[in-house]
Amino acid sequence: MKTLAELKKLRDESLKKMTMRYTKDGFRVQVGMGTCGIASGARPILNEFLEQANLRELKNMTITQVGCMGECAYEPMAEIIDESGQSYVYCSLTIPIVREIIEKHIINHQPVTRYLLSTRKDK
Amino acid sequence: MLERIQVLICGGTGCMSSHSKEIKQAFEEELTNLGIKDEVGLVLTGCFGLCERGPVIVIYPDETFYAHVKVSDVKIICEEHLLKGRHIDRLLVKNPLDRNKIKQMSQLTFYSKQKRIALRNCGQINPLDIDEYIARDGYLALGEALTKMTPDQVIKEVLDSGLKGRGGGGFLTGLKWQFAAQSVSDKKYVICNADEGDPGAFMDRAILEGDPHSILEAMALCGYAIGSDQGYIYVRAEYPVAVERLEHAILQAKEYQLLGDSIFGTDFSFNIDIRLGAGAFVCGEETALIKSIEGFRGMPVLKPPFPAKKGLWGYPTNVNNVETLANIPVIFLKGADYFKSIGTENSTGTKVFALGGKINNTGLVEVPMGTTLREVVYDIGGGIPNKRKFKAIQTGGPSGGCITEKDLDTPIDFDNLKKLGSMMGSGGMIVMDEDNCMVDVARFYLEFTVEESCGKCTPCREGTKQMLDILNRICDGDGTLKDIDELEKLAHMIQKTSLCGLGQTAPNPVLSTIKHFRDEYIAHVVDKACPAGVCAELTHFVIDDGCIGCTKCAKNCPVNAISGWPKQIHMIDDELCIKCGACKKACPVGAITSIPSIRGEAV
Ligand SMILES: Cc1cc2nc3c(=O)[nH]c(=O)nc-3n(C[C@H](O)[C@H](O)[C@H](O)COP(=O)(O)O)c2cc1C
Ligand code: SF4
Ligand code: SF4
Ligand code: SF4
Ligand code: FES
Ligand code: FES
Repeated sequence: MKTLAELKKLRDESLKKMTMRYTKDGFRVQVGMGTCGIASGARPILNEFLEQANLRELKNMTITQVGCMGECAYEPMAEIIDESGQSYVYCSLTIPIVREIIEKHIINHQPVTRYLLSTRKDK
Repeated sequence: MLERIQVLICGGTGCMSSHSKEIKQAFEEELTNLGIKDEVGLVLTGCFGLCERGPVIVIYPDETFYAHVKVSDVKIICEEHLLKGRHIDRLLVKNPLDRNKIKQMSQLTFYSKQKRIALRNCGQINPLDIDEYIARDGYLALGEALTKMTPDQVIKEVLDSGLKGRGGGGFLTGLKWQFAAQSVSDKKYVICNADEGDPGAFMDRAILEGDPHSILEAMALCGYAIGSDQGYIYVRAEYPVAVERLEHAILQAKEYQLLGDSIFGTDFSFNIDIRLGAGAFVCGEETALIKSIEGFRGMPVLKPPFPAKKGLWGYPTNVNNVETLANIPVIFLKGADYFKSIGTENSTGTKVFALGGKINNTGLVEVPMGTTLREVVYDIGGGIPNKRKFKAIQTGGPSGGCITEKDLDTPIDFDNLKKLGSMMGSGGMIVMDEDNCMVDVARFYLEFTVEESCGKCTPCREGTKQMLDILNRICDGDGTLKDIDELEKLAHMIQKTSLCGLGQTAPNPVLSTIKHFRDEYIAHVVDKACPAGVCAELTHFVIDDGCIGCTKCAKNCPVNAISGWPKQIHMIDDELCIKCGACKKACPVGAITSIPSIRGEAV
């Protein structure tokens, strides 16, 4: 390491691995990982959220898993809580849907209503 | 693959001794079994500060704080928390106010009242991974200083911050650097004092174990400022984990060329070596420390000349304490003004304290200067266990004194503690409750200094021994009123005529306990009674009619001195009783009290 620029580059790279320890604000994504969640494929969904966050260097979201969300029929599900505490529950997720949610909801702050649990149930 | 969870396991000495290494191993095995090893990061960190609750682990991103984790808990943590996101309730810490379980680390009052500058990385990063230090802006202060600032500007920044030495003396760090910089010499040295001899203090160890690179970076900054190319860390051999992590850190820094020749492409070169001390208290005194590094016996020598003029091998030397150095990078990253904005006018920044004794949360706390003792004891420390009454707090270790209830609202800083007849010292804080005998406390500290005196000067060598003899006499019930006067006379003589700080301050615990608790001394010498029930010769345990006959005391008595039937009032046979106090602790209704006695007879 011979220059400040090199140091800063290494800092930014290393920080990526550690951001989850320090980001507290922004969106909170909770993927339902109860028994049926896992059975219906919640793990790839969780991983997709993470992958996308990493790929697009999204610093404004924390991704965690939660237990049973009480709606086994609609798994895999994820709850997204925004800065104001407003909660959105997305259900029957697939990998393309996750990408869409990231794009629209997390990046452009536009919830994707058609995948929301309430909308689906009304159908 | 990206890690979705990181499990931080405390690798401080406290938690390591309660098996945090085995816990990490168990995690590795369990995660492999579950097939999620790649998704979960495992990090062994430095001390989290709440050693009382160790072994401690924190799981990110939720920041879940688990206390008293056992190897056998690892399986359930992996299966429930890491896989399904369910908290393990019984491992959470309770909020003392509403008894609710606290999930997040930052919600614990222990942490929320603290301000972490010196400890900023302890419990946050992997001390064995230089990248994690760099991620937290590590070595950025050094890089910017080397490429953008002159040595004089570096010194000015430290001066402006108002940082004072945390090793005991409280001398302005910037001024010290300036003196060393002004000494003309082609060779100069930077020494980090990691001797940490004060019984009860372990903040330096925690920093070395949890954030070793911050010390290396600060030493290099100091080297640049004063014109030195060689640093030494003088650390006691009793700190093997700290030594190991320091050695590792030095190697990594060299590999990254952050130590060595032409750092950051400049013509500044700096190397650091470790020197092991044998762990004598007096070797923490800077002139004795220098003698010890030179290979002589660690005995203090007369100042002046100060080390800044003539130090190691006769060359100008700057000695700083570990915690002092840990603050340095932050002063450059956030500016002197930021640092100055924390704390009080004459004591800027924060101070780390090692809380111990009769307090719920023993451990390390870092608070802004100016925080009151009451906040430290009650809000952060969680108060006194077992509903006992607070009696005093000893600050400054064997050089300090005690502070009583009436002064608990004093904002802590260098000047205020001195005014109260104590001192900041290195930051040991021992809390005492009604069960502590203050004469016995004074005796404890004096025994320590008698042991640790290097023996060079007569007043310190012989005088402290005489004082100890008198204290022993008083505790055995053979003291007189004249002995108290004699103690004070000897104390003042030793203070005035000793060569180094050890002797000069050794009488402080005695003087301060006499000042605040003269009545306890008088009880010992006149009434022949130890009010706290500690001094065996002067104590007598009795059971009053509050006794519900639960038999707990009898079961706990090691010498079967207690008799009585269940549901009936019990009795203690004073002839047999060895005054261990076990019964008093065991009694659920507080029916056992120690009362003053004359040589075992109740008065
Ligand atoms: C008996 C005695 C013991 C000392 N022990 C220590 C010690 O363990 N660690 C320490 O940093 N300073 C200790 N000091 C203070 C050092 O002499 C010196 O003032 C200090 O290391 C300077 O660093 P600072 O300005 O950063 O505080 C001790 C002083 C005396 C008189
Ligand atoms: S005061 Fe005590 S410790 Fe200090 S030099 Fe004298 S004898 Fe040694
Ligand atoms: S003080 Fe100790 S020895 Fe004495 S009665 Fe109580 S338990 Fe027994
Ligand atoms: S422990 Fe207390 S209440 Fe129980 S028998 Fe002993 S004195 Fe009585
Ligand atoms: S286990 Fe998934 S909703 Fe119940
Ligand atoms: S050693 Fe683990 S919290 Fe201090």
